[in-house]
Amino acid sequence: MIAIGMEGSANKLGIGIMLHPKDGSPPQVLANIRHTYVSPPGEGFLPKDTARHHRSWVVKLVKQALKEAKVSVEDVDCICFTKGPGMGAPLQSVVIAARMLSLLWGKELVGVNHCVGHIEMGRLITGATNPVVLYVSGGNTQVIAYSSQRYRIFGETLDMAVGNCLDRFARTLHISNDPAPGYNIEQLAKQGKQLVDLPYVVKGMDCSFSGILAAIDGLAKQWGLGGEEKAREDEQKTLDSTTSADDSLESKPTRADLCFSLQETVFSMLVEITERAMAHVGSKQVLIVGGVGSNERLQEMMGIMARDRGGSVYATDERFCIDNGIMIAQAGMLAYGTGFRTPLSESTCTQRFRTDEVFVKWRD
Amino acid sequence: MEECKPPPLPSPFNNTTPPPTLLAQGAEAHLYKTTSLNPSIPAALKIRPSKPYRHPILDRRLTRQRITSEARCLAKLVREGVSVPALLALDWEGHGGTEGGWGGAWLMMEWIDGPVVRVVLEQWEAWMKQSQSSLSESQIESEEARVRDLLRKMGSAIGVLHKAGVVHGDLTTSNLMLRPSADTSGAVDGAGSPSTEGDVVLIDFGLASQSNQDEDRAVDLYVLERAIGSTHPRSEPMFDALIAGYRDSYKGALSALKRLEDVRLRGRKRSMLG
Repeated sequence: MIAIGMEGSANKLGIGIMLHPKDGSPPQVLANIRHTYVSPPGEGFLPKDTARHHRSWVVKLVKQALKEAKVSVEDVDCICFTKGPGMGAPLQSVVIAARMLSLLWGKELVGVNHCVGHIEMGRLITGATNPVVLYVSGGNTQVIAYSSQRYRIFGETLDMAVGNCLDRFARTLHISNDPAPGYNIEQLAKQGKQLVDLPYVVKGMDCSFSGILAAIDGLAKQWGLGGEEKAREDEQKTLDSTTSADDSLESKPTRADLCFSLQETVFSMLVEITERAMAHVGSKQVLIVGGVGSNERLQEMMGIMARDRGGSVYATDERFCIDNGIMIAQAGMLAYGTGFRTPLSESTCTQRFRTDEVFVKWRD
Repeated sequence: MEECKPPPLPSPFNNTTPPPTLLAQGAEAHLYKTTSLNPSIPAALKIRPSKPYRHPILDRRLTRQRITSEARCLAKLVREGVSVPALLALDWEGHGGTEGGWGGAWLMMEWIDGPVVRVVLEQWEAWMKQSQSSLSESQIESEEARVRDLLRKMGSAIGVLHKAGVVHGDLTTSNLMLRPSADTSGAVDGAGSPSTEGDVVLIDFGLASQSNQDEDRAVDLYVLERAIGSTHPRSEPMFDALIAGYRDSYKGALSALKRLEDVRLRGRKRSMLG
């Protein structure tokens, strides 16, 4: 069985082709290509621009994926697309492309929940059987555990997603959005040493990030660290590599210090709620999925926590963590295998689509 | 998989005889039984080990905030005469085993003898299921009346807590204990249904906070209602007895109960943007 997965719920357009061999051997990735809409430093991606990007790239990417996978259209069984959750305009442009291909090639459609796609891809790649899942990305922050045919949400953010918090702070500091703002924050944070005081907001298994963003934006303003000029200065400094030797602790924080403090604080919150969920359901495996999941500091912290509980952490790299097409193909094919189809008249998309709305027929 | 070892005890507990015995381990804290002052006086020891994944400064700040807030709630409640374990000692910066390093914070409390309500209700439900066929209708009625009475006592204990200006934050039947009163201790009818005699004692104030808001009080009750519904299905229909006990316990109870209606409708599900 071969499926094409089409993902475009945010600024990444991903086309993936997966093969589920008939003899029951492990699924194979035939093609996994992605094109990201990168906005200039200091700006986020707007829905209309992102949708335009997806529309202009989708045909090219599908052709390229088929070529890379060395399969012809006749070999494809179904076309899987992201039904939601995500940004309306980009979602729509990809759904239209999926519908068009379905009519053009006479293939059936399978609508997939984006979050379930992440979970199923993570399970496939890492081999984790029944983990507590931390799903962290630019749009979502959820702690999920599987129970009787649903991925149940144990804890989640009460306001913005953790990735959104990091991305928006990157905007404040005018850090480049290429390849991803979170990645550049991670690199800058490696030079940070001093921990500044930030709010820490955990309520049971839920958490909140908007107050932290306001606080660190305020600090950046107070110390004059935001804006374009500072970003250029910083670049100059690393080029000259004349590192000033002021290591005195209580000195003025640097841009790196702020990134470091932000990461330490929000990741501690995430590890804490994950630990609580693990204690609650009695699980020893943690799986981290979503774009923020490719952050190595988060993986390291989660690893220490899991080790102290006698368990282990499962994480993947950017090929599978960051939004991609194969995860949609993987989750779609699992549903397709149980007889699930999305008729053309229902092939819509939605911005709001909770993880626990999906009936997980393929697990017991 | 191998059981993981609990972290080393902070001093002086790495050195006391008999050594503290581990009773329970949550995500945040470990509960031990130890002795205080003299080996014949039992005490409960709650340790919040340091979390090595956190930055040390952040770790100390959080641990200290949380353990002192728990201690403040306990001290306040003891002063107000609410039945909670008394606070005996506290160190928010405990010293770890060998290197004399940071070993987390600890809190020592009065030892409460008796079962947690969860066990009492579980035993009762199991016993009822087993002997239901052999009981007459009036016996079943009197059994249910006994449990209703227990729930009423729980409700009134929570009312007294709220009256004192504290919300528990994590009310479950595991965080309510039943301390047998002095004259009935030992008089548990072994073979039959478990005793429901005694005082209800509230424990574990790790998530407690000081609040007089109806919203927080209502959420406290809602959490307990959900917990009873999921762990004690047979006792759930008697939740109204708990509400009645709560209603009669203090003046502000009526407005908190009114708020509970709203909280029930609200639930905790919300639709989330991509």
